[in-house]
Amino acid sequence: MNQPPFLAVEGLIKRHGDQAALDQVSLSVAKGEFVALVGPSGSGKTTLLKSINRLVEPDAGEVRLDGRNVRDLPASALRRGIGYVFQGIGLFPHMDVAENVWIVPRLEGADEAGKGERVAELLDLVALPADFAVRMPRELSGGQAQRVGVARALAAEPRLMLMDEPFGALDPVTRDSLGRAYRDLHDRLGLTTLMVTHDVAEALLLADRIVVLIGGRIRADATPAALAAGCDDPEVQAMIAVPRRQAERLADLGMAR
Amino acid sequence: MNPAIAEALAELPDLVRAHLLLSGAAVAIGVAVGLPLAIWAAGNARARTPLLGFAGLVQTIPALALLALFYPMLLILGRATGLAIPALGFLPALIALSLYALLPILRNGIAALQGVDPGAIEAADGIGMTRRQRLFMVEMPLGAPVILAGIRTAAVWTIGAATLATTVGQPSLGNLIFSGLQTENWLRVLVGCAAAAVLALAVDGLLALVESGLKRRSRRRILLGLTTLAAALALAFLPLSGRPGGGGTIVVGAKNFSEQYILASAIERRLRAAGFRTERRDNLGSTVAYQALAAGDIDVYVDYSGTLWTNILGRADIPLPEEMRAVLARELERRDHVLVMGALGFENAYALAMRRDRAQALGVRSLDDLGRVAPRLGLGADLEFLTRPEWRSVSSRYGLSFGAQRSFSPTFMYRAVADGSSDVITAFSSDGRIAALDLVILADPRRALPSYDALLLVTSRHARDARLIGALRPLIGAIPVERMRQANLMVDRDADKRTPAEAASWLDPDADRR
Repeated sequence: MNQPPFLAVEGLIKRHGDQAALDQVSLSVAKGEFVALVGPSGSGKTTLLKSINRLVEPDAGEVRLDGRNVRDLPASALRRGIGYVFQGIGLFPHMDVAENVWIVPRLEGADEAGKGERVAELLDLVALPADFAVRMPRELSGGQAQRVGVARALAAEPRLMLMDEPFGALDPVTRDSLGRAYRDLHDRLGLTTLMVTHDVAEALLLADRIVVLIGGRIRADATPAALAAGCDDPEVQAMIAVPRRQAERLADLGMAR
Repeated sequence: MNPAIAEALAELPDLVRAHLLLSGAAVAIGVAVGLPLAIWAAGNARARTPLLGFAGLVQTIPALALLALFYPMLLILGRATGLAIPALGFLPALIALSLYALLPILRNGIAALQGVDPGAIEAADGIGMTRRQRLFMVEMPLGAPVILAGIRTAAVWTIGAATLATTVGQPSLGNLIFSGLQTENWLRVLVGCAAAAVLALAVDGLLALVESGLKRRSRRRILLGLTTLAAALALAFLPLSGRPGGGGTIVVGAKNFSEQYILASAIERRLRAAGFRTERRDNLGSTVAYQALAAGDIDVYVDYSGTLWTNILGRADIPLPEEMRAVLARELERRDHVLVMGALGFENAYALAMRRDRAQALGVRSLDDLGRVAPRLGLGADLEFLTRPEWRSVSSRYGLSFGAQRSFSPTFMYRAVADGSSDVITAFSSDGRIAALDLVILADPRRALPSYDALLLVTSRHARDARLIGALRPLIGAIPVERMRQANLMVDRDADKRTPAEAASWLDPDADRR
């Protein structure tokens, strides 16, 4: 049976002046996949991600979600069905945690009667106690705030999660635990996730599949294991080499002791 | 209690109400116009600069001039469109003050919306808010404290500037300040200033309460602040709207000096005795007053033949007094259907005056004598004299060229000649202070100064109103200059001051006996 892919990106082009941020990018993602988009700064990975929920409008090409062109829906309706988590977190400072988490159901016109229970359930998913519901964003640590950010993105039971450097601003310990916690959620809830990161090690450890973008083109698309085993493209090879060498040196440190 | 304070306090409730209504409406319009403009301009860099530039420009125009400018503008607009646009009173004051309120609301509104955390904006877009939802659920709530700070600034400015609405015939707390300044009734000035300050502080305090409510997410504070404000405005509005229509009310105009207040009071007394309801428009500018009468914004007032001759008819020649009166009666009737009822019996002419001791020491009796010593002397003029044709006429005929020239409001002009800071002033012949300060009026042998007979003028609508004309006729020819001077002095002197109303009842005691 020839079913269309869950997410299909075809021939995307986006120019910023003379510079091509995306140069004929095509990609398909199956339901339930966890795909990491990696690449150096300015490689076009954020532009690609934002083309999917139309925070960026590409100059050419198209994006289909569940077989439908994303341009067929009003941008706001499209985005309410897609979870979006980004480095800036962007909790609304004038709303408490519960109001932040409940914002998308509220936009969708959900019955307020279910609010308390649903908020508690979502906070539980991201491992926050239920009494956090009444806190204001300014009372949260960075890690707690991003957990709320994830809970907010999950509130409308999205078909797709788009994450743009979601843990980029957090300290390494928080970053690691939050990354693994999210990977668990992805598996438990059967989510489909596209995550932009410039941290190759994070990508290798969390994702099912890694897409490497350099200069607006896809230069590699493989599983972490295949990528770690080696690659023909010297630039991609150089990117992968960094965490591998670091891992080896860390292992050597352990042996020497 | 001191009758002056009692009188000021008696006028206070109505003036506070009018003041609050005017400034409340102006700020409301400022918000209703400024906020949408700010929202538009915050997202539109090309509109932003010219818009802020315009609002800034308006702000650089002195409030007094801005108010005065709207009078001729509305007059022209009314003529061009044929609509009955009131050019005096509430409307011009409201427009000018609304424009004035615009800048802080606009500037803070734009700053507030541009200052919203970009993370919150990205989140709002990313989770699927529409532009409208983003504006009302994120940008406005986050910008609210800064927006409100702008509204607070606008409210305080407007309540202050609304005192100037008096000059375009809109009653406000400025009535107390302006008339108090003219009659040197400092208690009256003080009452007006204090009331305006208390009003501004109270409104500012209530808005501060709302602002802190927004910050602390306290619905109680927001509601308390807003409902108190709304109640105050409603209170200001209700009695005015409940008042009977202006149809049967005669509006008496007065310019901005004591004699005009006294005469307006005398006219009011006569009209009331005849059963009319009356209203006052005080502190009208010299040309504004006549145009207001021609347009029907005021119904009756006293003006001076020489003023009308030059300002309205634009004539520079100086005929005999009787001829001037006859031409005026004919021309004003033809131009504006204004009725010149007749002369009250005295002149309030421009005359150059000096302190008697100074004049004797210099040997000056007439303007001819003055021409010889003028370069060594300083002239103190009222605010308009130096731009009037009389000045050109008198200075050229007598070759007057003073060592120094300064302009004062009339009150301070008399102070200046009394304390010697000016040697010669442009006195008014009916002024009580001429006798009180022992000034001498310099003779005008070459007839350079025209006559200024006080004339009673009636607007076209009432020109054939026999009851009104009959009520006012006893004033014609009934006020000799000595009596007018005495009445003026009662109001202007420092000791045993009387109010203009008291002076009017002294001047025309018969009005009560019918």
